[in-house]
Amino acid sequence: MRMLKFLLQKELRQIIRDPAIIRILFIMPMVQLLILPLAADYEIKNINLGVVDHDHTEYSRKLVNKVIASGYFRLKDDSPTFNQGLKAIELDKTDLILEIPAQFERSLIKENQASLFIAVDAINGVKAGLGGAYLQSIIQDYNQDVRVQWIQYPRYNPQPTIQVTYSDWYNPNMNYRVFMVPGILVMLVTMIGSSFASNNIVREKEMGTIEQINVSPIKKYQFILGKLIPFWMLALTVLTMGLAIARLVYGIVPLGSYFTIYVFAGIYLVAILGLGLLLSTYAQTQQQSMLVSFFVTMIFNLLSGLYTPIESMPGWAQMITKFNPVSYFIEVMRMVMLKGSGLGDIKFQMLAMLGFAVFFNGWAILNYRKRSG
Amino acid sequence: MEKEKVITAHQLTKKFGAFTAVDNITFDVEKGEIFGFLGANGAGKTTAMRMLCGLLLPTSGQATVAGFDVYKQNEQIKQNIGYMSQKFSLYEDLTVSENIRFYGGIYGLRDEQIKIKTAQLLKQLHLEDQEKTLVRDLPLGWKQKLAFSIAIVHDPAIVFLDEPTGGVDPITRREFWSLIYEASARGITIFVTTHYMDEAEYCNRVSIMVDGRIDALDAPANLMKTYSATSMDEVFLQLARKAVRTGD
Repeated sequence: MRMLKFLLQKELRQIIRDPAIIRILFIMPMVQLLILPLAADYEIKNINLGVVDHDHTEYSRKLVNKVIASGYFRLKDDSPTFNQGLKAIELDKTDLILEIPAQFERSLIKENQASLFIAVDAINGVKAGLGGAYLQSIIQDYNQDVRVQWIQYPRYNPQPTIQVTYSDWYNPNMNYRVFMVPGILVMLVTMIGSSFASNNIVREKEMGTIEQINVSPIKKYQFILGKLIPFWMLALTVLTMGLAIARLVYGIVPLGSYFTIYVFAGIYLVAILGLGLLLSTYAQTQQQSMLVSFFVTMIFNLLSGLYTPIESMPGWAQMITKFNPVSYFIEVMRMVMLKGSGLGDIKFQMLAMLGFAVFFNGWAILNYRKRSG
Repeated sequence: MEKEKVITAHQLTKKFGAFTAVDNITFDVEKGEIFGFLGANGAGKTTAMRMLCGLLLPTSGQATVAGFDVYKQNEQIKQNIGYMSQKFSLYEDLTVSENIRFYGGIYGLRDEQIKIKTAQLLKQLHLEDQEKTLVRDLPLGWKQKLAFSIAIVHDPAIVFLDEPTGGVDPITRREFWSLIYEASARGITIFVTTHYMDEAEYCNRVSIMVDGRIDALDAPANLMKTYSATSMDEVFLQLARKAVRTGD
């Protein structure tokens, strides 16, 4: 234990003395948490709309006004013909065209029905899909308005309609940030855990100081613990800062307890740091360890369920996520933050994480050799 | 009277694939001796030293260091030796006294001992004013003297020095050797590799390695007699000329 004291003292001094580490540690979470959730939003706004109105009646204008008033669309083009409207899409001026046929008002009044045409630029799939869907629901709404306003409801609706109403559990306002901020926090802590620790050991290899350690009576587990503990504390500090930002800036207060988050994060970080240490036993230069940990964390993050739901991945990819510690932490974060889950509810995830921790650290200790062959 | 042997090597060999870096070397070092381990670049000095320090597993042969077997008791060896590698190995981002404290600590010195050692060391090296200086800001010669002093901070039985005076000026080299003599006077056995033949003459005995083998081993005066040379330089040149391997 005395040995560990000296190792920790040395490590903390070196970390504190490196202004780059401190800067990265404090600025990275700030920037990521303050900018990303505000900018990277699944809600599509500012869709550029082109209107080709062949009708030019009160009703067609009302429809266009209603679309604009929704706040999702900006009227960017008002062409007399569809072909000219299409030009605007080709020139990237607009994202979709709403074409109102010449007999729109008349057929609406006379025949009780009218058709509209929507053409969408599908290069940006998400924008196209969502834009089209928004527009449709606005038109449906408009349709309702028209009926309420001046078409007499028959006693019995000739066409039965099914109205679907939603009730969004656990995130009633569908607040995107509540969903995203904890995920970004997990990503951050993961990056710090895996790359900082591995770089640190590889740096000792490059400097030659590791040989001085190897020729001393320090035990392997002492050396590994001496590296693990400081970065464990650093990552928890970053997590704390992140949770504070989530609370103060976004008003995100976990429904569950902070205690549950910290217990899981504590185990999680042992696993992730173990992975970093493992990488460092293989890498010879900081460049190698940087690239490998970048590669690994990128895959972990993309397959974590942060950006795309795991349930919609193909079967083989879902299998991979079972071996991805990041996906467990994201799941737990969301459970605790949004559903108020406690330690009992995340038993399985904690067990899995303990498994990861033993596996990565065990492998790292086995593979770290004080004497080469 | 036979003196106590602190290092024994018997047909010690290290092969890397088809390449034999150290080829059947047999020698021993007596307690308190300053043993010079000479050889051209690539002769196998560092490899041999790393095997004795427990950093590298030998391919065959036997060796003991401080009475411990290099195969099985390599961790016990480590408590009893100091090592100063070719690559400068203090922590550059720690201060002079922090380095002393760290290395003292990992060899199990108590806090009071560390305090006493630190004061002694700073005085001996005239670094009293530099206690809080980062090691990276020290001139190379001072760094090397400090590295040596730290390598023996735990009073090991033996200290291994791998080309400790590479790249420093003659005055600093002389000062370095006076530190070595002081350590030797305290009973620490010195095992030192070097290129400088004037340094070889400071040693009690020297071995000269050529192509992984020890071609000569004796006191410098005896070697000069055997090879009818007037300086160690000549002895070395006569032997090293036979080398097939080229330096690195």
